[in-house]
Amino acid sequence: MHELSIVHSIVETAAEAAALANATHVSKVYLRLGVLSGAVKDSLLFCYSFSTQGTLLEGSSLEIEDLPVKIFCAPCNQVQDLPDIQRFRCPVCGTPSGDVRQGKELEIGSIECEVP
Amino acid sequence: MTPRIVEVRKKVLSKNDELAHILRERLHAAGVFTLNLVSSPGTGKTALLQKTLAAMLARGKKVAALVGDLETDNDARRLAESGAPVRQIQTHGCCHLEANMIASHLEGWELNTIDTLFIENVGNLVCPASYDLGEDMRVALLSVTEGEDKPLKYPTMFHSSDVAVITKMDLAEACDFDRDLAVANIRSVRPEMQVFEVSAKRGTGMDAWIEFLLRQKPQV
Repeated sequence: MHELSIVHSIVETAAEAAALANATHVSKVYLRLGVLSGAVKDSLLFCYSFSTQGTLLEGSSLEIEDLPVKIFCAPCNQVQDLPDIQRFRCPVCGTPSGDVRQGKELEIGSIECEVP
Repeated sequence: MTPRIVEVRKKVLSKNDELAHILRERLHAAGVFTLNLVSSPGTGKTALLQKTLAAMLARGKKVAALVGDLETDNDARRLAESGAPVRQIQTHGCCHLEANMIASHLEGWELNTIDTLFIENVGNLVCPASYDLGEDMRVALLSVTEGEDKPLKYPTMFHSSDVAVITKMDLAEACDFDRDLAVANIRSVRPEMQVFEVSAKRGTGMDAWIEFLLRQKPQV
């Protein structure tokens, strides 16, 4: 379980961004989480609940946007949502493709904070 | 006070990623090709590496290894028997290696005296997937005793790898191992992935694996 160290990085990164914006408190952290990021949503939420104490983020919530995997299919010349990460193939024509265009994200999009 | 939205747009593991990027450039500048070996505990990373280091040394290659483990330096001692420089990274409970651990354990090594660096990750098919170590190639190992569906159970790790090695092939028959199914499952999560089938104990398949490694060079 490496989610705890990931959450520490989330808190650190968000707190740095908040300090740069002269915020006094952060109420929400918006995270973009790809299915192939290697981090588990429920574990992130669990760790977050006790990792913000004593920081600008205390009492804030972690808002996670789940991002499905998107692959590029050359025969279809189109980016397609991948419904099943056990099968990297175009859901329309069935051609295998490892050309991932979305789904590895583990990034903070924005924070909601109070600025005096 | 009204709440304000502040754009951040930053990768959570950006510190690791930046460090890995610097490390990769440093290794490339010294002419080092780096591999990151990942698998479950007990797949045979150390056994494969023992034979690989010895075979590559015999072919005149300058190899070195960093080996990660939660505790003990048993693996480093096993690998050092090959005669290659080896260092143990004890993570003391941490379930994966990070780029800073690689950087700190390379200190004191003359990188331009090495041409191939092997990093043996902590046995774990989940957490190491998220951490770039500055490697050129990630190698996922799967042993015949683990079952053919391992890649489907851990698609993120197998998908993030560049090459797969099926180990303990000498036990394939005893395990009723379905080789075609295993290869199909690997390629289901990573289409067209190159797969090697080896027995480090008996030596079968090792020549193809070693020849493959001898052809690798860092991209400059």
